[in-house]
Amino acid sequence: MPPVAESTLGVKADFPIFERRFAGRELIYLDSGATAQKPRVVIDAQAEHLRNHNANVHRGVYALAQEADAAYDEARRRVAAFVGGDPRTTIFTKNVTEAINLLAYSYGRANVGPGDAVLITQMEHHANLVPWQVLCHERGAELRYLEVDERGELSLEQLDAELARGDVKLVAFAHVSNVLGTINPVAEMTARARDAGAVSIVDGAQAVPQMPVDVAALGADFYGWTGHKAVGPTGIGVLHGSEALLERMEPFLTGGDMIASVDFQSVSWNELPYKFEAGTPPIAEAVGLAAAVGYLDKLGMERVRAHERSLTAYMLERLAEVPGLRVVGPPEAERRGGLASFTVEGIHPHDVAELVDRGGVCIRAGHHCAQPLMRCLGVGATARASVGVYNEASDIDALVHALQAGREIFEL
Amino acid sequence: MDDLYRDYILDHYKRPHNFGEFDPHDLEALEHNPLCGDELGVHIRVKDGRIEDLRFHGHGCAISQASASIASEELKGMELSEVGELNADWMIELLGIPVSATRRKCALLNLKAVRGAVTGDNAWPS
Repeated sequence: MPPVAESTLGVKADFPIFERRFAGRELIYLDSGATAQKPRVVIDAQAEHLRNHNANVHRGVYALAQEADAAYDEARRRVAAFVGGDPRTTIFTKNVTEAINLLAYSYGRANVGPGDAVLITQMEHHANLVPWQVLCHERGAELRYLEVDERGELSLEQLDAELARGDVKLVAFAHVSNVLGTINPVAEMTARARDAGAVSIVDGAQAVPQMPVDVAALGADFYGWTGHKAVGPTGIGVLHGSEALLERMEPFLTGGDMIASVDFQSVSWNELPYKFEAGTPPIAEAVGLAAAVGYLDKLGMERVRAHERSLTAYMLERLAEVPGLRVVGPPEAERRGGLASFTVEGIHPHDVAELVDRGGVCIRAGHHCAQPLMRCLGVGATARASVGVYNEASDIDALVHALQAGREIFEL
Repeated sequence: MDDLYRDYILDHYKRPHNFGEFDPHDLEALEHNPLCGDELGVHIRVKDGRIEDLRFHGHGCAISQASASIASEELKGMELSEVGELNADWMIELLGIPVSATRRKCALLNLKAVRGAVTGDNAWPS
C-alpha cells in the first residue's frame, strides 16, 4: 500500500458520529465537501454555551449577558486569528452564500454599473455565480467568465487579457473548486485584479477546512468561508473584508444591533463589524466555530493539508483501478483539494451514489450546484468523493470495493 | 437480487423502449430534475384524442430512464383525458420497486413531462 497510512491523522475517534452503525455497518463518510462531521469538542462547546452561558449579546448589563458578550467576542478573535484576519473586519454571516450576497448588494450595487464588467470563472459554485448574474442583470453590466481548461485549471493569461479590457470592476472566484478540486493561484489572481483597479472576492468554502489560509497574504479584498465545512456548526459563515471598503459600504441587512442610533426618520450605522450583523447573531454557533478552528489549529493546518493530499493521491490511484471510471479536474493531487469528482461509464452518478451506499459509503451525486461547469465538462452530473480530517485509507478502499460491487449489479 | 436495480429495471435502462425524438409531433415538453440536473423530453403524436405514439429523450439515472421506458408502453393508445388523471402512485406501482423519498423525483420526471405536454400543467405528480 502507498505511504498513506503514515500520513493520515488518525483522529476518527474524536468524532462521535463514527460510533453509529448503519444496518450493522460502519459509517464511511466521503462527503465532507458538502459538510464535515463534528468533533466532540465542537459539540461540547456549543452545548456548554447553551447550558451555562446563554444570553443575548450587546445589550445586557447582567453578569450572564456579559459572559455571552465575552464568549462571542472571544469567538470572533479566535476565528479571525485562525486565518490571519482582523476581528474588526471579520463579519459573521449565515454562510458563504450570504457573504457573497452581502457583497453583491452592498458593494456591487454601488460600484458596478452599465458598461462595467464582473469577471468570474466557469468553475464557480452557484453561490458565487447567481448573485453576480442578478447584479449584472439589474445594473446593466456584463458578466464574463474565465474558462476552465481540459486539466480543470484557469489561465492567468486569460485573466490578464480580460483585465486589460479596462471595464472589470470586480473579480470573484473560488479558492478551491468544489467540483474539480482545483486549487487556484489566489495571490497571483488578486494581485492582477488589484493592479487593474478591480476588487477581488474569493470563495474559500472548500479551502479553509483543508489547508493553511492566510487572508492577509492572499491579498483578496474580500474572502468568505463557512463554518460547517470546517468541522464547525451550520448557520455561521465568515466574511473577511478590506477595512477601507467595508467602511464605505452601506449595510446589507438592517435592523437591530447594526445601528449606532435611530430616530423616527434617520439612522446612523454601528461600527465594524457590527454594521454588517443585523439582528441577533449566531452566538452559540460562533462559540462552536471557535472550538472548531481551535481543533484544526491543534491538528496543525500543514498536517491537515498533507493528510488531504496524501489521501487524495491514494484516492486517485485507487479510482483508476475501476474500469470505465473517469476523474475530472487536475490529475495531480498537489494541484487539488481533497476531493475527486468522477463518472463511471454505464452507470449514472445518482445510481453510483445509491450503489455505494449499499456498502455504507456516503458520496454525493449531481451537479454540485455548478450546472454551467457541468455543461463545460460535457456531463449532466458527476459523483463526488471528498475527504475530511477523519478519513483513512480504508475509507477509500471501501469506496472502491463498493464501486466494483456496483458495477457487478449493473452487469458491467 | 438487488431490490432497486432489478433485471427488468436495468434492461429498460440499457435498452430503453421508445427512446429518441420524432418530427412531426403534436405535443412536447422538456423537464429537469433540479436535484441532479437531469433532463427528460417527450414528443407525442395524437390521433382521435389518444396518444398514438411517443418518444422520450434526454439523460438520467436508471430509475428515471426505466420509468420513462416502462410508462411509454402503457401510454401508447391512452386517451388524453386519462393521461391528465395519472398520478404518482400509478407510476410507482408500474415501476414495481421501492422508491425512496430522494429518488421519487427521478421516478416521476417522465410523468411530469408527459402530463405537462398533454395538459399544460407541469406540476410534480402527487
